Amino acid sequence: MPVPFPFSAIVGQEEMKLALLIGAVDSRIGGVLVFGDRGTGKSTAIRALAALLPKMRVVADCRYGCDPEAEVGVLCAECRVRHNGTPFKTKQVPVPVVDLPLGATEDRVIGALDLEMALTRGEKAFEPGLLARAHRGFLYIDEVNLLEDHLVDALLDVAASGENLVEREGLSVRHPARFVLIGSGNPEEGELRPQLLDRFGLSVEVRTPQDLATRVQVVRLRDEFERNPEAFTEKWKRKDAKVRKRITDAQALLPAIEVPDHTLEQASRLCMALGTDGLRGELTLVRAARALAALDGDTSVGVPQLRKLAAPALRHRLRRDPLDESGSTARVDRVVQDLFPA
Amino acid sequence: MMTPASDRSPQPPRPGPVSGGPPPPARPDPWEDAALIAALFAVDPAGLGGVCLRALPGPVRDQWLADTRELLPPETPRRKIPLHVSDGRLLGGLDLTATLRAGRPVAEHGLFAEAHGGVLELAMAERVRGSPVSYLCSALDTGEVVLERDGIALRSPARVGVIALDEGSNEDEQVADALLDRLAFLIDLSPIAVREMGDVPYSVADVTAARGRLSAVSISADQVNAICETALALGIPSLRTSLHTMRAARVAAALDGDLVVTDAQVSLAARLVMAPRATMLPYAQPPESEPEPPPPEPPPPDQEGESEANQEQRQDPLADQVLDATKAAIPTDLLDRLRLGQLRRAKVRSTGKSGQVQQANMRGRPAGVRRGDLRPGDRLNLIETLRAAAPWQRVRRAERERGQAQTQVPATGTPGGATRARPRTLPVPNLAPRVEVRKDDFRIQRYKHRSETTAIFIVDASGSSALHRLGEAKGAVELLLADCYVRRDRVALVAFRGKTAELLLPPTRSLVRTKRCLADLPGGGGTPLASGIEAGLALADAVKRRGGTPLLVLLTDGRGNVARNGQGGRAQAGEEALTCARLVRAAGVAAMVVDTSPHPHPQAKALAEAMDATYMPLPHADAGRLNAAVKAKAGL
Repeated sequence: MPVPFPFSAIVGQEEMKLALLIGAVDSRIGGVLVFGDRGTGKSTAIRALAALLPKMRVVADCRYGCDPEAEVGVLCAECRVRHNGTPFKTKQVPVPVVDLPLGATEDRVIGALDLEMALTRGEKAFEPGLLARAHRGFLYIDEVNLLEDHLVDALLDVAASGENLVEREGLSVRHPARFVLIGSGNPEEGELRPQLLDRFGLSVEVRTPQDLATRVQVVRLRDEFERNPEAFTEKWKRKDAKVRKRITDAQALLPAIEVPDHTLEQASRLCMALGTDGLRGELTLVRAARALAALDGDTSVGVPQLRKLAAPALRHRLRRDPLDESGSTARVDRVVQDLFPA
Repeated sequence: MMTPASDRSPQPPRPGPVSGGPPPPARPDPWEDAALIAALFAVDPAGLGGVCLRALPGPVRDQWLADTRELLPPETPRRKIPLHVSDGRLLGGLDLTATLRAGRPVAEHGLFAEAHGGVLELAMAERVRGSPVSYLCSALDTGEVVLERDGIALRSPARVGVIALDEGSNEDEQVADALLDRLAFLIDLSPIAVREMGDVPYSVADVTAARGRLSAVSISADQVNAICETALALGIPSLRTSLHTMRAARVAAALDGDLVVTDAQVSLAARLVMAPRATMLPYAQPPESEPEPPPPEPPPPDQEGESEANQEQRQDPLADQVLDATKAAIPTDLLDRLRLGQLRRAKVRSTGKSGQVQQANMRGRPAGVRRGDLRPGDRLNLIETLRAAAPWQRVRRAERERGQAQTQVPATGTPGGATRARPRTLPVPNLAPRVEVRKDDFRIQRYKHRSETTAIFIVDASGSSALHRLGEAKGAVELLLADCYVRRDRVALVAFRGKTAELLLPPTRSLVRTKRCLADLPGGGGTPLASGIEAGLALADAVKRRGGTPLLVLLTDGRGNVARNGQGGRAQAGEEALTCARLVRAAGVAAMVVDTSPHPHPQAKALAEAMDATYMPLPHADAGRLNAAVKAKAGL
């Protein structure tokens, strides 16, 4: 298996890295959308994150990777049978980061009748799809803007409900599927429907760095990696370990973090001033701010977190204005400046 | 490799960047460059990603491919990807025939895994879109292919170089950008005549020696700087190009027998990799009178040390030298191509929604089944498949049992005979399929997808229009509606007046509802023309996404006087209306403008032109002609 590029060696792209870390700390954030130029390390960052994540404990023999400490309600049907009071046999596995290839068919994503079983043994059996494999991890869709709409709809629905319900070909199967959806794409190749945009928790814009120093650094590190991946990874191992610790610490700290009423009020005011519809933006903003505080080791959420996350949490929820050239990021920044002057 | 000292080269010294020549280098010979690229690629196919070879099939392309083949060590695997390759063949998967025969899953390797360590040729690359492109990109990025198909999980190494055979004949046909970005070299062989072809100045032995040397070749920090700076000056945003250039420079050094990259090799690499990708010409030599040339990029203000380093670099002759060498190879028609490229991009963006074409065999009404192999995107009709398999069951079972060399069973067994035979196979019940389905039985669902037209009427119900002829406009719409009803087209109605536009009727087939809606439409108020067009366009977009064909029919006098923010003001309103109209054109939506003013008005006509719409002045448009115009526009 090829060695992935170390997460800590990715130059710049701070917003993208932060959004991914927030997704790793709090999976209820509702997905991360990374949109931007080609060759900016979108896929690299996500594959790097996969290598970085701390391992998780699952029920041994469970094909959905259920959490042994979860409440019975969120276990899969098989684990509920297994449960019967005694503790589960468990094992440690890497957090799944599942790649959803373009051109994947619905049956492979959602799961379907196991054709082989049906044909060779005449039995009706469910073959879990990619959604099942992504349970408790990440589902990565490169070029999400080119994915067929009905597939994206299905994905977002499952991502929001945390449960995959399959009703097809005479099968009726229900299994947990809680994952962070990560979509990336290049807006030049097609835009995402506005309704879909809104379903992603955070949205990040990545640009190719335009200053020489950064570009040279990116190229140099990449070259060093390609010439000897193992040595390079070894060199960055300690920094990666630091990031991993930051994630585990933040996960532990998260439940203890308070969101004062004042901050909630500020978040509401921000969303109202921007005219974002619905509560999803507000909710995501506050959740992401909590995760950010956890990552930074703060115990309380305030304006600094809101200020930093206003753009990624809200920029894709603004009403689209085809004539406004300045772009949504600038609009969010303007309102943030007005409400929370530095 | 391009230094005259190179004793291997049977060619006279190249006109290329021999180190340190202050006069700008001459335009390099295209075949020599192509031959050089063949050698560089042969040394490090996977590291360089590959070559996009734009040429029609012919002796020149054949020669180049043959040369490349000869440069690769003989054991190098080579595979060709045909245009309509199945996912299974490409990635690997379940070998269905073997699986059905064996009664257990049998995996087969795909082309990627088979080509590991070698070269993949992509036939008719300009027509490859969708999943094969993304698979290629992912294999090029990760150097492996991960299989998650048909219940098989398999990870196999797939470090390959790609030769994309681009047979596109015009600018509209090009290899997918995502793939191009991952290939180091773009060659256009079309201008090369047969007699201009020469020999490749390298042999397999050179390539093998260079491969051994490559990992030890070093490149200096200044040279990396020069490469990155050149990329910026030529407006090449993707960092992959800089990486490829650096890699190509190191390969060039290895091929020349050097362990340290020379400046000439950097120039050569920049010329070969970057020149075809330049999106702007580097700022011209400033005239004497102008004291300060605009810097290609403002240095970051907060990094004092870095900006100084930048300044230093800019005066560095190496960067200039690399830039000059690259500039010499930039196609002369760059500006034309840029314009075309932008046009193409605009077009791609508008049609960019995921494949309306791809979905064609998955949507619509079921229309029978066909026999055949399961291709990606196909849906197996299980019932029909089983029905096709059913008649053969007894025969097949008998065949199998005979094949197992068990006790003699009557070939055409009576039902009784068959049941008597069964217990004998029961010791291994898991292997005995209850239903024997063979590949020939597969029945694939076919769908008939009729792209239906949705006529979106955008009616100007403002005071100015209402006073004149809202009634007539309504009449015209009603006539069209009757016709739409006959054709089973759908109709939607957007009206604008006062300050905003309003969707009165979402796409419907109900004639009655539309008529009632139209009759109730009051007139009066300002003319928020831009809002009206915008609302219509948004609806058209939604229709397109559902696979339909939208048609905008705008009935107005073209005299907008309310801007999109609801404020009055003729100038701004007019400007916005034109901008929105241009968006209609950019989106590629068919449109027509019916001028409802008493006398044909230049404003409405300008609007129609901006929209690329048919213009119909109502005074001349009796209902019949209007109807004919819509029909023509809808392509019916």
